[in-house]
Amino acid sequence: MDNGKPKVAFFDFACCEGCQLTVIDSLQTHLDLLDAIEIVQFREAMSEKGENYQIAFIEGSCTRQEDEERLHKIRDQADIVVALGACAHLGGINALKNLHPLEDVRKWVYGDKAAWYDTYPARPIGAVIEVDAFIPGCPIDREEFVRVVKALLLGTKPPIPDYPVCVECKLKENVCLFDLGKICLGPVTRAGCNAICPSYGAACEGCRGLIPNPNENAMKDVLAKAGLTVEEIMSRFTMFNTYQLQERMAEEE
Amino acid sequence: MTTLNVNVHHVTRVEGHGSIVVDVKNGEIKECRFEVVEAPRFFEAFVRGRPYSELSHITSRICGICAVGHATASLEATEKAMGVQLTEQATLLRKLMFHGEIIDSHILHTYYLVAPDFLGAGSVIPLIETHRDAVLLALRVKKLSGDLCAIIGGRHTHPCALTVGGFTHTPGERELREIQARLVDARADMDASVDLFASLPWPEFERETEYVSLHKDDEYAFIGGTVVTSDGFSYPIEDYKQVTNEECVPFSTAKWTHHNRDAYMVGALARLNNNHDQLHPRAQAAAAKLGLRPIVTNPFLNSAAQVVEMVHCVEDSIRIIDELLSRGVQPEAPAPFKVEATEAVGSCDVPRGILFHHYVYDEDGICTRANCIIPTNQNMANLNADMKVLLPQILDRPQDEVRHLLEMLVRAYDPCISCSAHCLKVEFV
Ligand code: SF4
Ligand code: SF4
Ligand code: SF4
Repeated sequence: MDNGKPKVAFFDFACCEGCQLTVIDSLQTHLDLLDAIEIVQFREAMSEKGENYQIAFIEGSCTRQEDEERLHKIRDQADIVVALGACAHLGGINALKNLHPLEDVRKWVYGDKAAWYDTYPARPIGAVIEVDAFIPGCPIDREEFVRVVKALLLGTKPPIPDYPVCVECKLKENVCLFDLGKICLGPVTRAGCNAICPSYGAACEGCRGLIPNPNENAMKDVLAKAGLTVEEIMSRFTMFNTYQLQERMAEEE
Repeated sequence: MTTLNVNVHHVTRVEGHGSIVVDVKNGEIKECRFEVVEAPRFFEAFVRGRPYSELSHITSRICGICAVGHATASLEATEKAMGVQLTEQATLLRKLMFHGEIIDSHILHTYYLVAPDFLGAGSVIPLIETHRDAVLLALRVKKLSGDLCAIIGGRHTHPCALTVGGFTHTPGERELREIQARLVDARADMDASVDLFASLPWPEFERETEYVSLHKDDEYAFIGGTVVTSDGFSYPIEDYKQVTNEECVPFSTAKWTHHNRDAYMVGALARLNNNHDQLHPRAQAAAAKLGLRPIVTNPFLNSAAQVVEMVHCVEDSIRIIDELLSRGVQPEAPAPFKVEATEAVGSCDVPRGILFHHYVYDEDGICTRANCIIPTNQNMANLNADMKVLLPQILDRPQDEVRHLLEMLVRAYDPCISCSAHCLKVEFV
């Protein structure tokens, strides 16, 4: 049956599914969204499986050959592909394994049965297929998810900030963690989470990825106070951004 | 003679990817198993080289739904290793947040994932029309449990404020009071849930097995204690490997475990079987209403046991907040500790069952070895054993019904396969 509503599907690859759970949470407080779209596939929450969809949200990283085939199939079907969360957007936490030789990683976990388990370095989905939009974060921010969906429905550019977390943090009048002797990645990390970690006393770990042009856009006065350069702070960016750091290094070589 | 071919690729309404494979030719069962097909993620390999301070934040990303459970088990291990003594306030807040996650996970599982099976729907969405009150109840409780976690840790999925030695944030007394008032209101929702789930036609099926959980002498155990089994065994947490005995199986990225029998079960039903007498009186009354008298041997009733635990956690959260408020809630710095080369095991009984994190640290507090054993893995062998006993009993039914019952059995275990597909390690020397 065609009710004229855009059909939306959710897919997951290697990830913790926390972003899909956050989607479930945000639908709870925005039930009106369910009137504007028709969800045809959401394995975590429903049995139905529709193969006819226009918007695909993809959660998780690509970590094996068979993932690539699935990703291409989704790309062929969908008009709009959205990377949902840090695993899909950046490679995220999964890319920490790229810091170790692959054979070693497999043997470490599966011992002499390692050959049974197919895997290669973790990549963001944008490394395999073209991605039209991304929703950053580990996990995503539920209000930002709603804003992005609304923008996609209106055909406008999703409103993802380009400035660093520090901007939001200062607006909230938090005590800067550098003043407490901690190191925070807020000066080079893309805002949009309302600086949730520093607001709860914890350092930003960079889950939303680097701001564009960090050399220009970084919060340099905060870094200067701590005597750190942009390059130095970026080298601490491994928890969620190992893939990006390794790509940058490869480009420089 | 019956010929059946059930192949459910990616069972829906479970966390992660698993498939059911059934092949019956002329009444003879050739194949009957549940496979885990999730992409492995290799956490144990890549936490090596990371500092102790990052471990709970990294391992919480094993699972979005048990994020607090993983973070808490991880901190239990690290804090034991570093000799940290948590303050009373921090201990209470950890328990409170843990209860929030149990409620959050159980409401999601019972209402969003299991209830549609009984109410003839493919998901919770059509129930908004047909069972509006039940859906609104679930939404209300889900929001409450999420908010409970958020006032303590910033958010439920991957909490920000949990850190070695305690918290980086303290909730205000007003926030605690407001949440407590909502918890008191939620008693009516708990009563309604008990009535609803007590009225469901649970599939009839019995298979006795060994039930494994944590146990504490002074409370219904979720964080720490000893490992006990319904076959009468008891171990300190450090000896977890005597219980788990992991092995690789060729069709699954999850490793299987067994102890005194071929398989054992963990989770809400195992906890209820082992620790029933420590449930809050209201939760014990709920258990009686739901027909749960230990030892309960119908695995489908794991979901009913989750309803009982929700009642318990609502009541115990109200009590904990009373205790916090009467002591007075003060901002506290994390407890002090000394970083040194050590090793320790932490354990929590998370929504899906008992979970172990085992770390070795070098003198700089860098993790050199890690082992995590996840509840869903521990249930895999038991789920498969159940399937093998259930299938012959229902073989004469239509193929669709067989498929549906097997899917319901898988869902009863609440498998969180995204966890199970990587937290596995063969040898830990
Ligand atoms: S981005 Fe984070 S929360 Fe989202 S799926 Fe990946 S690990 Fe989970
Ligand atoms: S460095 Fe961190 S704590 Fe300081 S202002 Fe920036 S985001 Fe906030
Ligand atoms: S503060 Fe940093 S680590 Fe925390 S959610 Fe925002 S971007 Fe992610």
